[in-house]
Amino acid sequence: MTQDGDGLRDSSMEGSELHRRLTAIWSTPSGLWGALSTVDHKIIGRRYVTTAFVFLALGGVLSLLIRLQLAQPEARFIGPDRYNQIFTMHGTNMMFLFAVPVMQAMAIYLVPLMVGTRNIAFPRLNAFSYWVYLAGGLLLWIAFAVDTGPDVGWFAYVPLAGPEYGAGKRADIWAQMITFTEVSALAVAVEIVVTVFKQRAPGMSLDRIPLFVWSMLVTSFLVIMAMPAIMVASSSLILDRLVGTHFFNPAEGGDVLLWQHLFWFFGHPEVYIIFLPAVGMVSTIVATFTRRPVFGYLGMVMALIATGVLAFGLWVHHMFVAGLPRLGESFFTASSMAIAVPAGLQIFCWLATMWAGRPVFKTPFLFVIGFMVIFVIGGLTGVMVASVPFDTQVHDTYFVVAHFHYVLVGGAVFPLLGAVYYWFPKFTGRMMSETLGRWIFGLIFTGFNLTFFPMHILGLQGMPRRIYTYQPEMPWSGLNLFISLSAVILALGFLLFFVDAIRSARSGSLAPANPWGARTLEWATSSPPPPYNFARLPVVDRLDPLSDDIEAVPVASGLRVDRRELLTSSVVHASPEAREASPGDSIWPLWAALASTLMLIWSIFSPWAVVWGSIPLAITLIGWFWPKGVPEDEA
Amino acid sequence: MKTHRALPLSVLVLASGCGGYQSALGAKGAPAIHVEHLIVGIVAVCTVIWILVMMMLVLALVRARRSVASQATGSEKPLTVAVSAAIAATVVIIAGMTIASFYTTRNIGLPDSTALTITVRGQQWWWQVFYADSPAGPGFQTANEIHIPVGRDVRLRLESPDVIHSFWVPSLAGKQDLVPGRTNSLLLRAEKPGVYRGQCAEFCGLQHSHMAILVIAETQAAFEGWAATQRLDAAGSADPDIAAGQASFMAKPCAACHTVRGTPAGGTTGPDLTHVGGRRTIAAGLLETTRGSLAAWIADPQTLKPGNNMPMVPLTSIELRNISAYMESLK
Amino acid sequence: MAEKVSSSSKAVFALAGVLFLAASGAILGWFRQPRELRLDPPLSANLDRIKLMPNGISGSPPESYFAIGKPYESDAWNLSQGKRLYAWFGCGSCHGDGRGGVGPSFLDGWWLYGPEMVSIVASIRDGRPHGMPAFRDRMTSEQIWQLAGYVQTIGSYKPKVAAPSRNDDRQTRPAENRGPAKILFDEGPAGVHPDQGPTP
Repeated sequence: MTQDGDGLRDSSMEGSELHRRLTAIWSTPSGLWGALSTVDHKIIGRRYVTTAFVFLALGGVLSLLIRLQLAQPEARFIGPDRYNQIFTMHGTNMMFLFAVPVMQAMAIYLVPLMVGTRNIAFPRLNAFSYWVYLAGGLLLWIAFAVDTGPDVGWFAYVPLAGPEYGAGKRADIWAQMITFTEVSALAVAVEIVVTVFKQRAPGMSLDRIPLFVWSMLVTSFLVIMAMPAIMVASSSLILDRLVGTHFFNPAEGGDVLLWQHLFWFFGHPEVYIIFLPAVGMVSTIVATFTRRPVFGYLGMVMALIATGVLAFGLWVHHMFVAGLPRLGESFFTASSMAIAVPAGLQIFCWLATMWAGRPVFKTPFLFVIGFMVIFVIGGLTGVMVASVPFDTQVHDTYFVVAHFHYVLVGGAVFPLLGAVYYWFPKFTGRMMSETLGRWIFGLIFTGFNLTFFPMHILGLQGMPRRIYTYQPEMPWSGLNLFISLSAVILALGFLLFFVDAIRSARSGSLAPANPWGARTLEWATSSPPPPYNFARLPVVDRLDPLSDDIEAVPVASGLRVDRRELLTSSVVHASPEAREASPGDSIWPLWAALASTLMLIWSIFSPWAVVWGSIPLAITLIGWFWPKGVPEDEA
Repeated sequence: MKTHRALPLSVLVLASGCGGYQSALGAKGAPAIHVEHLIVGIVAVCTVIWILVMMMLVLALVRARRSVASQATGSEKPLTVAVSAAIAATVVIIAGMTIASFYTTRNIGLPDSTALTITVRGQQWWWQVFYADSPAGPGFQTANEIHIPVGRDVRLRLESPDVIHSFWVPSLAGKQDLVPGRTNSLLLRAEKPGVYRGQCAEFCGLQHSHMAILVIAETQAAFEGWAATQRLDAAGSADPDIAAGQASFMAKPCAACHTVRGTPAGGTTGPDLTHVGGRRTIAAGLLETTRGSLAAWIADPQTLKPGNNMPMVPLTSIELRNISAYMESLK
Repeated sequence: MAEKVSSSSKAVFALAGVLFLAASGAILGWFRQPRELRLDPPLSANLDRIKLMPNGISGSPPESYFAIGKPYESDAWNLSQGKRLYAWFGCGSCHGDGRGGVGPSFLDGWWLYGPEMVSIVASIRDGRPHGMPAFRDRMTSEQIWQLAGYVQTIGSYKPKVAAPSRNDDRQTRPAENRGPAKILFDEGPAGVHPDQGPTP
């Protein structure tokens, strides 16, 4: 604990003077250097979101190429080699470069605001994680541009991705890109856990945490527990390919199915890593637009935690046809079915909230309604594929393609788009267009269902996944053409969305601090928030701390204004514990990220890269942690 | 090219029934029929659930719009009861479906003994099929086509020498992976004679799309007749074109990869061609077996199936014609 | 203020992105592996026209080989195809895992006919005295080139970047991308097998 009396405190200061001093200490310098060295969670979060949406657009273009090729039987627009790269890129890009990062990016921006603090925990690690993520994304896409894109599927099953059948560096690019994105995801997860546990505003005890923050907390624990499995898997794969180890070589005592276990032990929680943040978004939007708190707060939190725990007991349902013992499969059928219970609970709670509330049909709420319609279908088809016999017929067919698009697009992208409409004023200070928003919702909702619903039927008609073409005698061409045409509607919706987002960011109408009349803390500050988030840290005395007058939020004072300082609080009751310095801007996270990039890419080509590449990395880390003699170094 | 092979095969499709000859619905084999019942049952239940949830959603939204004033001070008790009831119902339905699933699993398991065991090896990108020695005669090898007697349990031993494939003939049974280093088993049983198509269901590389297999279910007598034919070595022919074709086949790279029993050709990399002319399709279901399609395939396999392991062998047009004639003659 | 930062950070993105793209593109372009699944028949026929010195050692490949960028020596896809051909055509029955048997070793640093691609192609295509059969009628010329590239890779002292890795078999020696010739050099030249007769 710091002693009283050191430094200049905010207690004795009035509004404008406080603003001037806080701005001086918290703001990011303009210019190139400032942009490269900033550790402001809002700037990094915005960057993260923007980058993730760029990857979404790129992945969307790939999906259109896929639909072009499949629009007619034995089409020759794209050859098998390129097609395999395209569908692998689509899956990898959407899962690793879009879905997980975008959810974490929203959290980077929103969680510190929602818990009422001034910056995320470990802000330099946050900057580092963004640069590593960007490098991983560039690695994948540049490799694809020069025809070295991975062509082994986003799941990269061995032996196809192994040393004997995966010629060249394509599979290594995939495996190393995993390392990049997982490092960044793990970093963000740790930051969020610590932010939520230790930096909540005074009085925000566990039962007053907003549901979105709860969902991100559970998600972050899932990331921390699931991602190491995939990093072990991808590193073993690179070792097999580069050094000649035998993790996955049956002839030398390795096992092909080991890969699948490791991959899906990560891969199934991955679905919930994407879905749980969306649940939090839905809860937030529902609460705001029904003008009441979400029904059954405790039940919702328990459902989130239950989903998170069960998520680790389902992975074998991706391997039902691999020839595992029947008894084991039965267990995973039961657990996969069981996860429908917490999911159902959440659905019913939202329905109850709508029933008891007074819905306002703005665009974010429309996306939530779309989510309900689509996600319930995805959840029900999930129950179907949880059954072993059912799955033997639909596994690896277009039925599954339809299922997981219903879950991931319906369950995560719809809430995300709603969330973008909802929080856009906070991010940019400007509103998105309500008129265009309705059109966009209509196009995406219609396009999505027309595109993906028929895939259920195609799957039952025997069309497998990942085929680059099909023969004219198969009865699939009519539906495939229909799907390809519908995809155009869907793409048009997304195109309009991007147009609206860019246009609104430049010239949308100015947003007030709390345009929706929401009840969570991020709306207690201006839109966009000042660099220091809150002039005085808010104090929370109930679940929905905001009333109609945001000035009425009680605040705490006593923080220093001559250095970056925030308040740490206890885990359960969030009673204030200490004033803690928050690190200032630094360029070293960027250098460290570049050194990591060098080492990771080099290690695709030589195992010695891990040895020699660690030297520049060590140098950058020393620079990162070296005391600079600034006030933040004290305590 | 498309039309000429689409036509005869589409006739085949029609002949094999309205369910399509590669479809999980319209099952013709006991395991697939059990699963189809389960599929229909679960889908029906789920459809009802979805409709109910959507009705609740619409009601909630409409009701709220209509009467704004009335809900400002409502007790949450009825809501708690309703939500709890809905969750209880979910648990019951989920449990029911789980039990139905277990029941079906028991029904589609392999019996202790089967009438016939066939070994299927998935390769990039074709199916190698071994029939074991039996009292009727020695075993033999074929490719991309499995014949089974109708109404009998057949056990498939599934192996893979290269990457993971998945054997899936939806009209007869669910799929089962072929995993390197392991041997999996699958019960196959056809209740009605017919031609059932299947294809590889696990991504296995460049030509995953063109890795089909036909299962031909026929009466016991027809099956035994077919097996007897398969056991024979390839018959020679007096036809000068065919004889010339055979000579070219032996002199060219063809014989280095393919076996034609009864001739010097003994390569083991590609499919056994001893009775290739008697199979319905070539190149793993890519083309109907005709002299023309054989010629097209031999002339340019890399255009029809890019990346497959059969090289483009330079042949004169006469050699090509003769080799195609020879292939077609290997009934 | 926020506007300013975001516009400058956009500039940074553009700059960093372009630089990174250019650099990585250049590096990766160096190792890129375009996959030629179907070599044009005239090109394939032309590959047959190698010129050999009268003693059958060394010579020059056809111009077209350079025109297509010498893919059989440096392209991962062709090298891995070559490795499969090595197994499919039973090369191992005489040459073992590359360390020789009845036939000579590829790993001992000693090439009876020199390490040039044309010599290896000629050896495979036309056969050599003392037991090496001709594969002219068993393989296409593209396959012969793929196999020759692989054989050259086995014995390469400096492991090629594109060299294949281990197979999913029992391991008998380090894989090609580990530079087995370099690792196993200490064992010394294996010499010519007794059945091999005098060196040419």
